[in-house]
Parts: sequence; C-alpha cells; structure tokens
Amino acid sequence: MADAAIAKGHVEHETTTGLPHTKLAMWLFLSSECLLFGALITTYVLYRGSSQKGPFPADVFDIGYTSVSSFVLLASSLTMVLALAAAQKRDFTRMRLWLVTTALLGMTFVGGQVYEFSSFYLNDKLGIDTNLFGTTFYVLTGFHGVHVTVGILMLLSLTGMSFADRLPDDPAFPVEMVGLYWHFVDIVWIVIFTVVYLIPTGPVPK
Amino acid sequence: MTDIEIEREDEQIETHRASAHTGHPSAKEYVRIFLILGTITALEVAIYYVRDGFGSWFIPVLFALAITKFALVVLWFMHLKFDDHRFSRFFLMGLSGAATLYLVVLISFKVFLR
Repeated sequence: MADAAIAKGHVEHETTTGLPHTKLAMWLFLSSECLLFGALITTYVLYRGSSQKGPFPADVFDIGYTSVSSFVLLASSLTMVLALAAAQKRDFTRMRLWLVTTALLGMTFVGGQVYEFSSFYLNDKLGIDTNLFGTTFYVLTGFHGVHVTVGILMLLSLTGMSFADRLPDDPAFPVEMVGLYWHFVDIVWIVIFTVVYLIPTGPVPK
Repeated sequence: MTDIEIEREDEQIETHRASAHTGHPSAKEYVRIFLILGTITALEVAIYYVRDGFGSWFIPVLFALAITKFALVVLWFMHLKFDDHRFSRFFLMGLSGAATLYLVVLISFKVFLR
C-alpha cells in the first residue's frame, strides 16, 4: 500500500509540526484571501452612497433573485461536504456524483451572476465606469465570481482525476483541500450578501 | 524497500490520514447544519423586507445572522471545530488582521458616522 501511494507521489511525509503541510498552506492561503476580500469589501463600504449619479443600489438589486443564488451556493457547500464524506468512506461513485453536483451548483451561481451583470448593464445602464457604485460593485462581485469559477475548475479536475484513477492513496485529502477553498468562497458570499445586497442605501427596492 | 521502511511509510500514511480529518461530522449532521443555514438565510431576507420594524436594530441583527452563518460554515463544513487548533489560529490570524486593518480604515474615514 505504501509503495503504491509513494508511486503516485502524494504521501505527506513526517513534518516538524506534525500537520500536513499542504493543509497548513491552504489555511495560510485562505488567511491571505481574507485580506484581499477585506480590501474589496472595505472599498465598497467606503464609497457606499458616494455616487453622484444613478443607477443606485436600490434601483438595480432584486433581493429575491440574489437570495436564490445565495441558497444555491449554500447548497453547493452541503454537496461538497457530502463528497468529502463519501471520499472518506472510499465510495467513489457517490464522491463523483457529489463533486459534479457541487460543480453544477457553482455553475448555476456563476450563470446567475452573469445574468445579473448583463441585466444591470443592458437594462439599468450600470457599467463599471458609470459611477462609484458600479466600479466597486463589479470589482467586488466579479472577483468573487472568478474565485467560484476557479473552484468549479478544481472540482471538475478532481472528478476527472478520479475517473482516470489518478487520485492519491488517501482520496479524501485532495477532496478536503478543494472543499476548504469552496467553503471559503461560500463564506465570502455570506458577507457580500449582507453588506452589499441586504444593507442598501436609500429606500427598500422592489 | 526493507520491511522497516515499509512499516514506517505505512505509519506516515496513517498519521497523515489521522491529522487530515479526524472526527468529522456525519452526513446527517451536515444536512442539519445546511438546514440551519437555509433557515437563517430565509430569516435575513424576511428581515430585509420588514426592515422598518427593526429600526436601528436592522443592521446589527443582519450582522449577527451573517456571523452565525459564517461560524457554522467555518466550524462544521471547514472542520475547524474538529481539526487541530493550529489551523484555526492560522485562519484567525488572517481574519482578525484583516478585520482590524479595515475597521481602522473605515473608522478613519468616519464611515460609521454617516
């Protein structure tokens, strides 16, 4: 068993901390991502209500629509942990099923975001250079969308590796690493949903 | 490879497995956490539509709900509740650093007095 795992080159060797370095590095990476998204959210809050001309948040947001998107992303976090639970039991069929489901839910979220951006741009004439709201909103949610897209690619790669029998001896480990990234993207959205969408400036829209 | 080396590699794999994921919740518990998260999200949206009734409590209540959701995902779905505490410290280092830095920026620009 050890030889097979070594041949695949995925064995975490003994470390001075006693912790797997890959996982430690992932947590450090996520820790640094807090600073990135913190900067973007702070910029949005800093310029909130500073736009000299419309459209303003209250003119464009559809909270019902965004709530469904948020629910979809939350559901994808559930399917991600179910994929991990299946990987830990070495139930590869279910693991692939949940990984693909997570990727599909992620695609639904990104698709919803593309639709939302298109609607804002075409119907409400809100471009990235229209006003301060447009600039800070598109940069913040756009960065988040890119992170979700990267997560989808990671999920699909993991599924492909599983089909090609290229997962390491402990298949739960890479699933857990991708899962950490995916859940991080989810918690960032939890903050964005509250700060950007639910706390608008001006009167309650729609 | 000698028998001793093989045995050592086996031990390393087991150590790695143990440190990577020990005592994670069951699928049922994951579903339970998801239902709580869904309920809180529904509550947030409901509060948004009746925000006038909350007055000045509107924003603090929304933040409290968001922090609860954040904590549930980090502790259960990301397993910080069950994993080695050093992972929590690494994450909290970045999170608290970012929160402090950006809070100072927002206070400097008197955002909370607007």
